[in-house]
Amino acid sequence: MVEERLSRIQACLSNVQDPELPFLSITELGMIRGCEIDQNGTAVILLTPTYSGCPATDAIQDDISEAVSEFETNFRVKLVHSPAWTTDWIDNDTREKMKRHGIAPPDGNSADKAFLLGKERKVSCPRCRSANTKMISAFGSTACKAHFQCESCLEPFDHFKCI
Amino acid sequence: MENHLHAGLLRLGDDALILAQRLGEWCGHGPALEEDIALSNVALDLLGQARAFLTLAGEREGNGRDEDALAYFRTDREFTNALLVELPNGDFGDTIMRQCLFDQFALLRYEALSAQSIDKEVSAIAAKAVKEVRYHAEHSSQWVIRLGDGTSESHHRIQKSLNRLWSYTGELFADDAVTESLAADGLMPLLANLQKPWQEAMNQILLEATLVMPENSGTQTGGRSGLHTEHLSYLLAEMQVLPRTYPGAQW
Repeated sequence: MVEERLSRIQACLSNVQDPELPFLSITELGMIRGCEIDQNGTAVILLTPTYSGCPATDAIQDDISEAVSEFETNFRVKLVHSPAWTTDWIDNDTREKMKRHGIAPPDGNSADKAFLLGKERKVSCPRCRSANTKMISAFGSTACKAHFQCESCLEPFDHFKCI
Repeated sequence: MENHLHAGLLRLGDDALILAQRLGEWCGHGPALEEDIALSNVALDLLGQARAFLTLAGEREGNGRDEDALAYFRTDREFTNALLVELPNGDFGDTIMRQCLFDQFALLRYEALSAQSIDKEVSAIAAKAVKEVRYHAEHSSQWVIRLGDGTSESHHRIQKSLNRLWSYTGELFADDAVTESLAADGLMPLLANLQKPWQEAMNQILLEATLVMPENSGTQTGGRSGLHTEHLSYLLAEMQVLPRTYPGAQW
């Protein structure tokens, strides 16, 4: 009974899209940290923001409420900060999906601080796969992205920052 | 003790909130599109950190004040941000130098909080902020180096920015009854302990930027006890006007 209820919610959450990356779900981005039933019988959905100030977080909470309220009345969304969100939670299939949509996924893992600090950027072009790319802007269209350009095919593209 | 924690959280939240508001003034006015986006993005991260700390400050206070009550319905004398973050933006060099001085401090403070604070929520917010501020610190220090080691004009101007801002940096590391009690309880670090690593980090950056660290010539203080420059009042007037004119307004 409880498991059925939770798995229904989980399934529903995997259909809630990220407002900025509508081809990805919030589950694929690793923003759902779990779902549990508390002592009052309320389903608690644990959500973690990608960046502290990401303005999409409020919209995502609304989208979750709208989707889940279609079949569940007793639930709430709880924001959790720990452990801090990391791109390590984005799996390989999701990274491939990003590439198909023209976004260079976070490369490697966040423990590689040299990468984070810009000492060595191994970002390859999501379009032509060339490794000959340059960063145009350290900050991009959203908090989670930086802007790059491919030196081979000249295509500018977003890169999902590795944190 | 609970009151000290509330006070400590307010300082963290106010530093981030006031600097976010200042940086937000650059939106649409940056010297290049990339920098316009960068300063706005940094402002957004800081605003997120401010929201988390002010929300927690309200909870730990226990009087039912939320982040909005604390941000919009306190007077200038009730804000406890450091003076550095309320100073007017000046030119891009002034802004980026202030950012560099603050980022290096904020990074050390958040690292210490995330590693040492026995308050789980404080350390969680700090751990998240570390990741964001590390990126900011990289950006601002690269700009200081680029401007310092750039043309004679940019070198001269960024050195002047540094000289002007320097007397506001001492306040960042000034301990008082609040920070000493928080440190004794294992909740927040002693600020004085951060000063040496900060100076080393700044030394490294300034060396590469071919800039000269100014002599210590007195420290401007007062922010932590609510005694601010007049600039804060103007900033708050703009930031608070809407919720004060239309309390409870919703989008």
